[in-house]
Amino acid sequence: MSRYTSATPADREQMLAAIGVDSVEELFEQVPEPLRLGRELALPAGMSEAEVYERLAELAARNADAEEQVCFLGAGMYDHYVPAIVDAITQRSEFLTPYTPYQPEISQGGLQAMFEFQTAMSELTALPVSNAGLYEGPSSVASAAYLAIAASKGRRRFVVSRGVHPHSRETLATYSVGYGAEVEEVGLEDGLTDAAALAAAVDGETAAVFLQSPNFLGAVEDVEALGAAAKEHGALLVVAVDPMTLGVLKPPGEQGADIALGEGQPLGNRLDFGGPSFGFFCGTEELMRKMPGRIAGETDDADGRRGFVLALQTREQHIRREKATHNICTAQALNALAATIHLAWLGREGFRELGELLLRRTAYARERLAATPGVELLHEAPVAREIALRLEAPVDRVLERCAERGIAAGYPLGREYPEHEDGLLVAITERRTRTQIDDLAEALGAAIAACGDLPVHTTGKSPQGVH
Amino acid sequence: MALTETPMQRERATTIYEKSKRGRRAAVLPAAEVPEPPLEELIPAKLLRSEPPRLPEVAEPEIVRHYNRLSRRNFDLDSGFYPLGSCTMKHNPRLNERVAALPGHARLHPAQDPKRAQGALELMWLLQESLAEICGLPHVSLQPSAGSHGELAGLLLTRAFHADRGEARTKVLAPDTSHGTNPASVTMAGYEIVKVATDERGGVEMDDLRAKVDDDVACLMLTNPNTLGLFDENIAEIAALIHEAGGTLYYDGANLNAVMGQSRPGDMGFDIVHVNLHKSFSQPHGGGGPGAGPIAVSERIEPFLPRPQVVRRESGNGSGPSFDLDHARPKSIGRLRGFQGNFGVFVRSYAYILSLGADGLAEASETAVLNANYLKARLAEGRAGERVPVAFDRHCMHEFVLSGKPMKKELGLATLDLAKRLLDFGFHPPTVYFPLLVDEALMIEPTETETKESLDAFADAIEQILAEAESDPEKAKQAPYTTPVRRLDEVKATRTPKVRQSLS
Repeated sequence: MSRYTSATPADREQMLAAIGVDSVEELFEQVPEPLRLGRELALPAGMSEAEVYERLAELAARNADAEEQVCFLGAGMYDHYVPAIVDAITQRSEFLTPYTPYQPEISQGGLQAMFEFQTAMSELTALPVSNAGLYEGPSSVASAAYLAIAASKGRRRFVVSRGVHPHSRETLATYSVGYGAEVEEVGLEDGLTDAAALAAAVDGETAAVFLQSPNFLGAVEDVEALGAAAKEHGALLVVAVDPMTLGVLKPPGEQGADIALGEGQPLGNRLDFGGPSFGFFCGTEELMRKMPGRIAGETDDADGRRGFVLALQTREQHIRREKATHNICTAQALNALAATIHLAWLGREGFRELGELLLRRTAYARERLAATPGVELLHEAPVAREIALRLEAPVDRVLERCAERGIAAGYPLGREYPEHEDGLLVAITERRTRTQIDDLAEALGAAIAACGDLPVHTTGKSPQGVH
Repeated sequence: MALTETPMQRERATTIYEKSKRGRRAAVLPAAEVPEPPLEELIPAKLLRSEPPRLPEVAEPEIVRHYNRLSRRNFDLDSGFYPLGSCTMKHNPRLNERVAALPGHARLHPAQDPKRAQGALELMWLLQESLAEICGLPHVSLQPSAGSHGELAGLLLTRAFHADRGEARTKVLAPDTSHGTNPASVTMAGYEIVKVATDERGGVEMDDLRAKVDDDVACLMLTNPNTLGLFDENIAEIAALIHEAGGTLYYDGANLNAVMGQSRPGDMGFDIVHVNLHKSFSQPHGGGGPGAGPIAVSERIEPFLPRPQVVRRESGNGSGPSFDLDHARPKSIGRLRGFQGNFGVFVRSYAYILSLGADGLAEASETAVLNANYLKARLAEGRAGERVPVAFDRHCMHEFVLSGKPMKKELGLATLDLAKRLLDFGFHPPTVYFPLLVDEALMIEPTETETKESLDAFADAIEQILAEAESDPEKAKQAPYTTPVRRLDEVKATRTPKVRQSLS
């Protein structure tokens, strides 16, 4: 169905005459005849707007979203409240529909928003330089590895804690094949990165050490202590952080991190079944000219007015081609804008208060859940917003029973950690009320009691398999 | 120097941090409802932050005004013509925003049990099937986040494909007209880039290609139509050459908008194609993303696709098919990112495909090609035809490239000057200084969603600027005059970078 186009039959005739051809087909003659499709695509015919809406609404209705279920799922993306002004502003045409700001004179809004974003992320992480954002968390980890090879003049070995998000570790492994680099994983002890094993794994060939805090099991790591091994061998210390905890937890820049990065979704971005969100990426001054992605900078115009441009473009693919610091072009500017607005809305006090709220609700939930029959804590390490539990009943069956009561009880750790087949990861946000937490404890207790006569380890692999 | 300052120019740029005052706030948070012990009882003191980050302190009304003001300092597609070559700035339907915002999409957690995300997985599967048909290749992964991410995926797939056959190849070929992301991706994937020359018709120089193809070549990356907007007529021969040498053929889908429903990369012989959903499939560009760069691949590449892969399973008990995420892919290159991809982009693009349908997609490409050729014809007239002639004089596909070389020589006007003067006429300039092999290049892609009137107005503006430059070349050299700021000192921004607000 002709849609969003304007050419009338009369327009077409005039245009063809101006071109000097009789038909549009003539223009396609440069496509060799055997390569012309010569039929319609095997797709349905176009539909009216109302029909498309109904079809998409029908598909959406077959998903259990966080309005329908009480959502204790986390594992990197969280059900935070996104203030209404975020939607109102990001849906403005002026932010929604421009391209990357290659013409700064008419892109000051977007460029200044990037500058404000960089300021906010630099404040959160306590590192001086932030880029304007990357795709999402895990690929940002892999991007830091690429930087580390360049910064270390060609070292090609990475040491990564198993507390780093499994998706990040797997993405790092995928990219490392291209980098010609090897990745060594270091295990966890009682929820925290095994410090002795980490120290033993880092050597003079190590380009970077990767930690995450809070780690995937929710535990707050002592980044500074763990990072000593990296410092000793001249490796970069790369720390993935949950931005929503940085109002209360010590920022990576104060713990010796050279690079702090992470998944930006909790800041102003909806769940969207996993994307689009953004990755943030902050570093030291020394690393600025090696960083991936766009960076906005302040400057003056010809009349001395303050203005903003894409700075340090000589790092980038459109200038440096094969020598670029990264291949990234289109990233996630609108998602970074959403974060900028959300952080302005929270403000200095609100951001700290939200961090405190997360810590206290999580502490309450941890105590409440640990007191539930059939539930014990997977580790005793301090936590900020996520709790790792061990259940005395098959996790998938417990989850199924909770789901029947309208609760998405958490993330089954066995999906990613075979050693924690009985593990459940429960995430707290400011939307999870005390009543909902109490309901979760009750639902878990009831579900475990109902499934409790079944041995824990009989279910084998979870529906998504272990990998 | 501008004679008069516009109101927007008079308003000095002020950041949200400069509007901050201690004690102001916007957010009101829910009450804790739980005991509130000191934080030191929950987290060891040495792991706590001493001072909160210095975020701005501004009340909601001023936050809204601040960002509204900023928005007015942007030019955008909904405000005017945006003929940015290779970027496919077509209309972004608002319907797509509406369906993406449905709670069933927007508030669906990515780790939701697939049994309770059947609608989302079915949508992804349907989009995969649609893109497979459009590309003429049987398998699709939606995972890559943008075009360059798709390129990296394609190169890692190539590496895995050869490794599986016990081969280790080191070189990747790409034309000298290729997008900058191509060589950058090649280096990231651990290959060496080898440039292939362009012939006098704007296609791949076949003798140069023949000389460079050997059994060390892993892949040839091509855009077709290429960045000159020209369809490479030798594509079948090129494909045969690469395949005989054991390489893969990669299609940079940035220019797919020229051939939807007209010609398919798979039928041309490509093994791997990335599709920019933020170009051909109407995802708004957002001032630099989000996008998505799904890849379509041939049978021989399929085993190596990233995981997880969305699959459809027949129930066998009459209850209809179900959809799942398949992680058990032993030869997979692995993950390229977190979770399943930029799902919100998938929703918008699938809504777009449903809206247009088979007939509409073909018509979109047809009109894109018609619009480009018409604008090219308009710009071959008058002064434009003399001063900024088309670089390769033949029918183009969806875009074309002009050279400002005569304009520079005869009027002293650089392509950049013409671009900046266009800003005063209310147009976004074309892509400039790309592709690299055309001197003073201007790359123009009007897209199918522009009216003939817009194209005429743009051609008229170029004519007017060139006429003006004959008597007053300084006018364009100092342009723009009417934009929120005038030409900016980019050298300063790079030499002494100031990349964040300093705060006391």
